[in-house]
Amino acid sequence: MNTSPWTYILVMAAVSYAIRVLPVTLIRRQIKNRFVRSLFYYLPYVTLSVMTVPAIFSIAEDPACGAVGLVAAILTAWFTRNLFLSACGACLAVLAAALLL
Amino acid sequence: MQTTRSEFFQGLKHGLPIGLGYFAVSFSLGITARNVGLNAVQGLFLSLLNNASAGEYAGLEAIRTQAPLVELVLLILIANARYFLMSCALSQRLSPTLPWYHRMLIGFDITDELFGIGVTHPYPTPPSYMYGAFLTTIPMWAAGTALGVVAGNVLPAVVVTALSAAIYGMFIAVIIPPAREDKALLVLILISFGVSWGASLLPLLSGLSESLRIIILTLVISAAAALLRPVKEEEVR
Repeated sequence: MNTSPWTYILVMAAVSYAIRVLPVTLIRRQIKNRFVRSLFYYLPYVTLSVMTVPAIFSIAEDPACGAVGLVAAILTAWFTRNLFLSACGACLAVLAAALLL
Repeated sequence: MQTTRSEFFQGLKHGLPIGLGYFAVSFSLGITARNVGLNAVQGLFLSLLNNASAGEYAGLEAIRTQAPLVELVLLILIANARYFLMSCALSQRLSPTLPWYHRMLIGFDITDELFGIGVTHPYPTPPSYMYGAFLTTIPMWAAGTALGVVAGNVLPAVVVTALSAAIYGMFIAVIIPPAREDKALLVLILISFGVSWGASLLPLLSGLSESLRIIILTLVISAAAALLRPVKEEEVR
């Protein structure tokens, strides 16, 4: 018999919640260690960077489409500082590249 | 010091563009959910309860292959391990006196982007700001998935491809604006791009799963940056 998708969804939800809620709930004090503080400061920038490259190159068959999208996202984010515009910029650039290249 | 009310509205405002981006991304997630055999209600709850793009993709793959639940747990742990790290980092941005129930609510929706605006808010990040941002993002993420299940197949393939770029546009929009102010961050981002791309080509590292590679690279590069250029007190505040 097949396992119901609901079972999968609920198990996933429990694991996802536990992993997120434990540190923020249990770590109450300010961490004084300079290395740990620096690590936490740099961490979001590194993780989002490594999640973007190289994954963005494989959204279309031609890696150039993803590259064009990446450049468009960086330029719109740099000049507008707006999340929605940056997402739109990436989508439109990839659409244009996929149609033209 | 802003009032709770103005913090809440600020959160709503900052969450809105994220919510719109989420809608586009979760729409393409809904298309995958449909292909796996989920209905719209299942798609809605999948996104409402998980709030994770990579984690949900991994879970859908497990549903498709009817993977054992132990394997599912491991998969989700690895795919979402970065949220554990983000949760540690966010704990340092909340007031030490913030009660546990607020922490348990904030923990529910630590996503890449909401974490991004949560840690860049001037210290301490108030819960009302996070709840405002949740209100304009969680429903969009869930609704997008449900709609993707229902209407996904009406879109041409090239549009679906273009929509899948939305999530990366959002990642970039979280990390690039602060890099304008701090050039060290810009250098760090460019190094991360290069190392991550290089690692995907190396025989040993490219054999690892995508999510495991992300965790290892994140820890190694961040630790190297913290050793080589420890932050000054005022930078963290």
